[in-house]
Amino acid sequence: MADIAARKARPQYRNIHVSQILSYRLPAAGIVSILHRISGALLFLFGIPFILYLFQESLTSEISFENYRAIVGSVLGKLVLLVFIWAFVHHALAGIRYLMLDRHMGIQKEASRTSAQVVLGASVLLTAVLALKLFGVF
Amino acid sequence: MTTNRIVVGAHYGLRDWLAQRISAVVLLAYAIVLIAAALLTPELSYGTWARLFSAAWMKVATLLAVVALIWHAWVGIRDIYMDYIKPTGVRLFLQVATVLALVGYALWAVIILWRV
Repeated sequence: MADIAARKARPQYRNIHVSQILSYRLPAAGIVSILHRISGALLFLFGIPFILYLFQESLTSEISFENYRAIVGSVLGKLVLLVFIWAFVHHALAGIRYLMLDRHMGIQKEASRTSAQVVLGASVLLTAVLALKLFGVF
Repeated sequence: MTTNRIVVGAHYGLRDWLAQRISAVVLLAYAIVLIAAALLTPELSYGTWARLFSAAWMKVATLLAVVALIWHAWVGIRDIYMDYIKPTGVRLFLQVATVLALVGYALWAVIILWRV
């Protein structure tokens, strides 16, 4: 009887409430998943209009091209661009991982954890390299 | 007959799931083409950039990528609404707004390419 009572007292997390989000420790695959969603939402909400605007300015005329140059050349423009670069790179790499999982490649626990960590690391690394390039370090 | 079908659901099919993946591959392919074309352009100026997008193949490739993009974004954004937005009216409003925005973006892309 005591055994059953003790078992009943164990905390159960059937659904994560919003208030628990920060204390809930996600595995790497879970972080990839939620960042896939956040990066996708970010690209839809702000990325598409921003890139389309830059696309328009870069192609309409010589004058608008200079405007495009000025936006991409400013520090604020570069920082905004970097957010979308990270979002795109993460979304693309996580997407490739999901396509591979769909093909049943790397679905074992260890392999899937490794690929999730690779996605997280590679997207940050690639964004960092592009940041250095964008700010003219090399 | 099922009675739990709602107008703002996923329509219970394989098609959207598949469209999400095919459009993803199209977008990855276009990204590679675009990066390669930009790297192969000797000096990036208005002239070389506009010449790249004035080519018919590049216009077609870009428009195909735009179609893939809005389809991809539609499925993804609708999935987010289905997870977090429960009232049917609110979800329908957001879905309609999203469709209008995406179709508008596609038309904007057509106008930009038209003028190059």
